[in-house]
Amino acid sequence: MKKNNVILQTTAKVTFFIIFLFSIHIFFAGHFAPGGGFVGGLLTTGAIVLLLLAFDLETVQATLPFNFTVVIGIGLLLSLGTAAGSILFNVPFFTHAFAHFDLPLFGDTELHTAMIFDSGVYLVVVGAAITIIQSIGGDE
Amino acid sequence: MELLMAIVAGLIFTAAIYLILSRSLIKVILGTGLLSHGAHLFILTMGGLGGSSPPVLADGATNFADPLPQALILTAIVISFGVTAFILVLAYRTYAVHKTDDLNSMKGNDEHD
Amino acid sequence: MEFVWLIFLPALAALFIPTLFRRVAGIHTGWFVLIIPVVLFVYYSTYVPLTASGEHAVSSFDWIPSLGISFVSYLDGLSLLFTLLITGIGALVVLYSIFYLDRHKEKLGNFYVYLLLFMTAMLGVVQSDNIISLYLFWELTSISSFLLIGYWYTRDGSRFGALKSMMITVGGGLMMLGGFVILGILGDTYSIRELISGLSDYSGDPLFTLAAVLLLFGAFTKSAQFPFYIWLPDAMEAPTPVSAYLHSATMVKAGLYLVARFTPIFAGSSVWIWLVSGIGLLTLMWGSFFAVKQTDLKGILAFSTVSQLGLIMSLLGAGAIAYHSDDTLFRLAMFAAIFHLVNHAVFKGSLFMIAGIVDHETGTRDIRKLGGLMSVMPISFTVAFIGGLSMAGIPPFGGFLSKELFLESMVALKHFELFNFDTWGILFPVIAWIASVFTFVYSFYFVFKTFTGEKKFDKLPLKPHEAPIGMLISPIILAVSVIALFFIPNVVGKWLVAPAVMAAQPQLYSMPSEAAVPVHAWHGITSVPMWLTVGVIVIGTLLFTSIKKWQPVYGLQPEKLSLNALYDGVMTFSEKGMNKLSRFYMNGLIRTYLLYMFSFFSVMTIVVLFAKGAFELDMNSLSPITLFAVLNSIVAILGTGMVIMSKNRISAIIALGAVGYSVALFFVLFKAPDLALTQLVIETISVALFLLAFRHLPALKTHGETKKNKVVNGIIAGGVGLSVTLVALSAHSNKLVASISQFYKDTVHTEAGGGNIVNVILVDYRGFDTLFEIAVLSIAGIAVLGMIRLRLSRKESDDEKE
Repeated sequence: MKKNNVILQTTAKVTFFIIFLFSIHIFFAGHFAPGGGFVGGLLTTGAIVLLLLAFDLETVQATLPFNFTVVIGIGLLLSLGTAAGSILFNVPFFTHAFAHFDLPLFGDTELHTAMIFDSGVYLVVVGAAITIIQSIGGDE
Repeated sequence: MELLMAIVAGLIFTAAIYLILSRSLIKVILGTGLLSHGAHLFILTMGGLGGSSPPVLADGATNFADPLPQALILTAIVISFGVTAFILVLAYRTYAVHKTDDLNSMKGNDEHD
Repeated sequence: MEFVWLIFLPALAALFIPTLFRRVAGIHTGWFVLIIPVVLFVYYSTYVPLTASGEHAVSSFDWIPSLGISFVSYLDGLSLLFTLLITGIGALVVLYSIFYLDRHKEKLGNFYVYLLLFMTAMLGVVQSDNIISLYLFWELTSISSFLLIGYWYTRDGSRFGALKSMMITVGGGLMMLGGFVILGILGDTYSIRELISGLSDYSGDPLFTLAAVLLLFGAFTKSAQFPFYIWLPDAMEAPTPVSAYLHSATMVKAGLYLVARFTPIFAGSSVWIWLVSGIGLLTLMWGSFFAVKQTDLKGILAFSTVSQLGLIMSLLGAGAIAYHSDDTLFRLAMFAAIFHLVNHAVFKGSLFMIAGIVDHETGTRDIRKLGGLMSVMPISFTVAFIGGLSMAGIPPFGGFLSKELFLESMVALKHFELFNFDTWGILFPVIAWIASVFTFVYSFYFVFKTFTGEKKFDKLPLKPHEAPIGMLISPIILAVSVIALFFIPNVVGKWLVAPAVMAAQPQLYSMPSEAAVPVHAWHGITSVPMWLTVGVIVIGTLLFTSIKKWQPVYGLQPEKLSLNALYDGVMTFSEKGMNKLSRFYMNGLIRTYLLYMFSFFSVMTIVVLFAKGAFELDMNSLSPITLFAVLNSIVAILGTGMVIMSKNRISAIIALGAVGYSVALFFVLFKAPDLALTQLVIETISVALFLLAFRHLPALKTHGETKKNKVVNGIIAGGVGLSVTLVALSAHSNKLVASISQFYKDTVHTEAGGGNIVNVILVDYRGFDTLFEIAVLSIAGIAVLGMIRLRLSRKESDDEKE
């Protein structure tokens, strides 16, 4: 699929970052406003798919040199670790904790262990979706 | 509204099942895709469609839409993506091996149990 | 100490056996195993004085308290006697196996693990007071027996025998479970003691007899009674220590234990008495008659075991008669049963070990090839002689005493006046006597055909010589016990047998001493059993000396009419029949299966909805229809129609995408922003996914679908759609319970510290779901990768090479 579509490629480069940043925003907004790990992860995937469409598999792989199956593993471990971590504090499996912190720059911020769990979800979604698309796209 | 949505969900189900029962592998895949859309609408309708604001805490909002079916559907959407991808690949690998997408000719037999 | 845990000691020890076997190569693994039964035997022996005084000990822990299921170790006379047999014979068998099984050639790790597992199971069977845990251990004995019979699993015979024993005993066990469940429901308890004490509340129930019969299926299959005995001869494929242990001394006695244990409950039932005593007697006769036909040493012993088990069974049946008559004449039977049970365990154990020794030292168990071994194996011969004569019922060996008691009990039966015994009772002593004659014959056949007569050493695979001393220790101990039992029967009677009898007939005795029957070797010149024994010896000797003349009689029975042929026939028939049946409705077409499922689903849903009056449509609760929703519905329906109609793939994918986006719009309309976002993104990615994957798929074809098929598909699909609509409507109108959503709404900020309820449900309230969901997603991703990267099919990779 070697095509030299300059307009698409230039737009894609810019939009990729816009979508990606938006996905991060959506991900962090998740606890109080619509969004979260699933949507965030899927949006990131969408951004990468856009790159795949504009360029090709090899270019994208060179730009984003992750092994996405490892991303799946990290995500799963993160989620499971968050869930299991509560056992260390002698509370039942999957008990979340949250508290308010006064952070510089952000002001009063609520930090939540559910966020860590959600980032595991995010990573799994990105990892699995990209793995699927890369595998199918790369199959000749 | 629920009446309308129930009928829409029923129609989508009808179409999906009709496709799944056909002989062509591709139609079966299309059918499963439709089936998940139907199921999502179905779950949503069962919970009721009456809420006047999204289930997000905000000033003054009290009449929330039911959040539980939404959470279930959200999970289902992502799962159905994974399953669709899986079936797609399964289908085209099958096609690569058997050189046909006719389900009737993929009938199992004793030698290939 | 809670001694209920001791039941599990062997199984726990089994965990270490494989490691010991692998790491400690210098010492035979059996030496480590030996410790377990010896320790248990010594420990349990300390309970003998307790039970001899008529008391019992209980130790328990709850397993599933909500269902009334617990592990109970209940030690009274009966269970203690069995416990001592299991651990005592167990210790001797392990000792014997150390010399029998070669530590370099055999998979001792497996062997001892199975054996220890069996020990736990068997202890559990005899000690459990809770019938559900009893059942559990019961089936565990079947499974460990299966594993032990199949120990040499490379042999066809072993696998066949293992499967056969498993099919029959587990089948019987399942029936027994049915009986247990009925009893549990009738008596409202799973405790045997409580069942006995509450007996009068439920013994009149019509299901009571059914429970008795079902329970007997379990006991008869396990104790190899007619017609289920056929698994026992095939079980002789097991290594000989196993045959000595499981298939003569302990496991096959579990059925006898069960009958004895449940006698206080079922003794009032005439069905029980007739079945137990009648089947027992039939088995006794059948087994002893066919034992003479066998040519395999262990085969003779197997049939002899069958016959002896029948003997004890018939005594147990006769023992139940004591409940119906005050005549002390009938109290003899239960004592005789338990006493013979001990005798049999001892002499049969020694005989099996001798058969094993002969096999080990000569290389064959075929009695036609053996003969004259006495000169080279004098010690083995002595042991076999003692055991064999005890089995034949000749003084001065223990078996004589119990045989006398048996004949006496059988003679007594004709005096019993209930349940038609006054007319049919005469059959019991007659058959018992004939069976005793054949018992005499096969005992002699076994001992003297092997050890005396013509020497045919050159035909033997190995050059025969006496076994190593280690292998002889166990049989010698048993043989000494056989003689000891003759001289001190009343000591054994007082400490072991009488407490067991009292446990089996608790309503009749208050102290074990009342149950003890004084046993004498000499009954006086006028006693009937004495003359019967004389008759047995005379006729038996005649038959044994003329055995060559009448043995061909066995050839008259055609192989096709045997029970084994019936078993084989049933097995092949059920296999083929089931195959045919499943081929009939499982034709390999996915469409057929889906048709079954979908039509069943829609018919059931619609029928139940209307039959149960569950369908309800509450017009008032419906929310108002908006114009947007109508328009969007039209888009969705049109898109759906297009997916069906489209003739090429691209338009189908686009139509599917249109439906997806309209669903996303629905989510917007129904205030579900999270869903709308997700759906929009997913739909975009899905379209890309479809386009990518369709590169590898052929064009859309109809494959000449017939009109009829299409109509059928349409009808079924319509049915499913209709039921979905109906269910959606009634689920909406019919709120049976309050939704948990209110709880989420109330606590989302205070408890979970969030604002977006949907997201908080996902990551917090129902985090488990999400965790599993991402696991599924990961599996899907990795599976896709696997299917593409790995060429799993060999055929395909061949294709690609071409």
